[in-house]
Amino acid sequence: MKLIVEKRSSRASDLSILFVSLFSVLVALIILGLIILSLKKNPIEAYIELVSWPFGTVAGVVQTLIAMMPLLFTSLGLLIAFKMKLWNIGAEGQFYMGAFAATWGALFVFDHISNPWLMVPLLMILGMGSGAGWAAISGLMRAYLGVNEILSTLMLNYIAIHWVDYLVYGPWKGAQSHNFPITATFPKAAILPQYGANGLNLGIFFALITSIFVYYLLKWTRLGYEIEIAGDNIRAAEYSGINVKRTIVIVMAISGAISGLGGMMEMSGVLFRLQPNFSPGYGYTAIIIAWLARLNPFIAIIVSFFFGGLLVGTQQIQLFLQIPFSLINVFQGLVLFALLSGEIFLRYRIKVVRT
Amino acid sequence: MSDVVLRLSGIVKSFPGVLANDHVDFTLKRGEVHALLGENGAGKTTLMNIAYGIYKPDEGDIYVDNRRVKITSPHRAMEYGIGMIQQHFSLVPSFSVAENITLGLKEFGIFPKMESVKKKIESLSQKFGLDVSADSHIWQLSVGEQQRVEILKLLYMNARIMILDEPTAILTPQETENLFKTIREMVKNGASVIFISHKLKEVLKISDRITVMRHGRMLDTIPTSVADERILARKMVGRDVLLKVSKKPSSPGREILEVENLWSRGDKGQYAIRGVDLKVRSGEILGIAGVEGNGQRELAESIYGLRRYTGRVVIDGEDMLPLDVTSRIRRGVAYIPQDRKGLALCGGLPIYYNFFLKVFDSPNFSFNPYMFNPSYLRRGAEQMVKDYSISTPSVDLEAKYLSGGNMQKVVLAREISGSPKLIIAVHPTRGLDVGAMEFIYKSLLRERNKGVAILLIAGDLEEIFTLSDRVGVLYEGEIVGYSKPDESHIEEIGLMMAGVGSIDA
Repeated sequence: MKLIVEKRSSRASDLSILFVSLFSVLVALIILGLIILSLKKNPIEAYIELVSWPFGTVAGVVQTLIAMMPLLFTSLGLLIAFKMKLWNIGAEGQFYMGAFAATWGALFVFDHISNPWLMVPLLMILGMGSGAGWAAISGLMRAYLGVNEILSTLMLNYIAIHWVDYLVYGPWKGAQSHNFPITATFPKAAILPQYGANGLNLGIFFALITSIFVYYLLKWTRLGYEIEIAGDNIRAAEYSGINVKRTIVIVMAISGAISGLGGMMEMSGVLFRLQPNFSPGYGYTAIIIAWLARLNPFIAIIVSFFFGGLLVGTQQIQLFLQIPFSLINVFQGLVLFALLSGEIFLRYRIKVVRT
Repeated sequence: MSDVVLRLSGIVKSFPGVLANDHVDFTLKRGEVHALLGENGAGKTTLMNIAYGIYKPDEGDIYVDNRRVKITSPHRAMEYGIGMIQQHFSLVPSFSVAENITLGLKEFGIFPKMESVKKKIESLSQKFGLDVSADSHIWQLSVGEQQRVEILKLLYMNARIMILDEPTAILTPQETENLFKTIREMVKNGASVIFISHKLKEVLKISDRITVMRHGRMLDTIPTSVADERILARKMVGRDVLLKVSKKPSSPGREILEVENLWSRGDKGQYAIRGVDLKVRSGEILGIAGVEGNGQRELAESIYGLRRYTGRVVIDGEDMLPLDVTSRIRRGVAYIPQDRKGLALCGGLPIYYNFFLKVFDSPNFSFNPYMFNPSYLRRGAEQMVKDYSISTPSVDLEAKYLSGGNMQKVVLAREISGSPKLIIAVHPTRGLDVGAMEFIYKSLLRERNKGVAILLIAGDLEEIFTLSDRVGVLYEGEIVGYSKPDESHIEEIGLMMAGVGSIDA
């Protein structure tokens, strides 16, 4: 018996892509179980705990939806850029900049506005604008100076995170914060409508609308067509008369705008004030979500829901089984690893031959 | 049968939608040059990739020296003495010739004795007239020289069966002549050569036997002594091919393209185009002849707006800015580049996208840019597949799965359907078979008769003569002279191509 690896002569089918994706998650879960076992806890119990609350109870599902909202925004932002093979890994920074701009607007610029119908759109514009600007820096550097966007977006993340730290520890520290590094609470007009007692808010609705918008942008516009062309062969795009440099900047800006909008929604919908480390790495998890969703904005909804649930579930197992929360990062890393290793099954065919 | 060194029997290989090899039988005798002839997509390369262990056949057996063998990888093929030079070389540009040759040879261990390797390379190089220095680095070499390095690699490994996949496609006539000498020398030393080509003249010149393939099937194997161009062409395409396309005298109209004092740099920063002036009028084909590497690509790219330049490019009376492709497309400039896969097509996208890469700059379409779905293009694409008889199972197939000829037809269809005023065509038939070649000649001539100005940049003099109304010769970035496109001027053009021509027209 011998294993033979052969290059596929056609594209892998959707079904095999789905299978590889599910299998990657499964492999990650199994390895996670082994790690939990090594902590001398019962992995079965942990699995049950991991899914029963976030997916099995009303309050849990609401929590999942809340955790899913920033994940969906950031993954939608990323997948637009990824479609053009622009490796924007700066969703985290763009998310922070959106939150920063929303806080600035709510507390310092529009604080006299009391009409939410005016306030919320203004904050949305601020959030999108600053996320777009932040990502456009990398876009401009890539298009006109040839700077690799992977490095520039990653480094801009740190600047954004520390910029927010500086503000909340320093000039923006709230008067009523008892010296905690948090800003004052948003005024009422800057807070999104809340539903029920569990914190469900309009933000998730906006996130779903955004996935429809992203789908429209990619499938129904000239820009989407040009993104596909440039994403496949950038030289052919230049040959076809597409202004590739301008498109790079525009795509990065849109990508950042969506993540920035996510940051604004997190502020206005969930947290109501800026604080350090308010994101448990949403922008990084979004990279994994975008890939698991195969850059499809509708599948991203499902995948974000799943990862939102895991985030909530991990809090549960931390609470009840004293398993550290950082396990979620381990899990996400495992999924990405499994997913990337799974690529080989999509590009190659593996056959067993009897000899 | 003892002199048969390689036998392929009943080989079947299918790719999705294409049966590339349909029960093919092929034998190679010791010491012969066996030409494998066929149109693009006929399955020649597939068959040889099977012999070389790159593909695994769905059915069929391979015999080396009458022993049945399983060739599962090129490495195994090497063990049986089978070597192949593919159309795309597998050399490391930053390594020297000697390093490239030792690469992948297990017996050298971790520290190969480079001195003895070099000595052997030099002696092989001399014996077979390859003229390659063991110390030069690959990036310093021309494609012709790189090919000789690939040949050296095979000789070094004592390959007895050498497969050359369209080796002359990238060579100048002189280099081709030298390659033939080398092949004859190798055969004299006991090697057997499979020579894949679709150039009839070359096949007749170098081979002992000719096998013709068509649509994945083995049509016939005949001794070269009884073959001629007409017979082979008919076998290849299944009908008589008019290699000479009839051409009406041209009736040139107004000037469409005017280039004045054009200077442009090549990729390595040196000037590749040095002060070119030229004019093309509507309804005429200006052929630019020249040995490859004298600025052909840079000239075309500057005129099309992909490359920075100084000087003037005027299209239909309007001065164009450098690096502005869009307004050129809008003014009716079509470009058929040399590197169709790398520049003119998106291999990972469906064919119907590729027909319409320029749809938003085309005068024939006015889609709303905010209400446009690519599927709107499918019907037009299906029509174009029919009009240009492109063989594909569907317009959804990704362009990279098309054969070279069909790829070029996609490019041609797109460029012509934009109703151009000027067509820039660079090596438009390179790597194509007679059938596709004829199709492209006819299409270009039809456009010329409709009043399109055509700038044809090609290496093949036959092609220039067949199509052009005037011939200019490009040498080291300058147009060194003009001539008439007929055989009586071939001497004059040849001299100009070599840089010893007169400047007067």
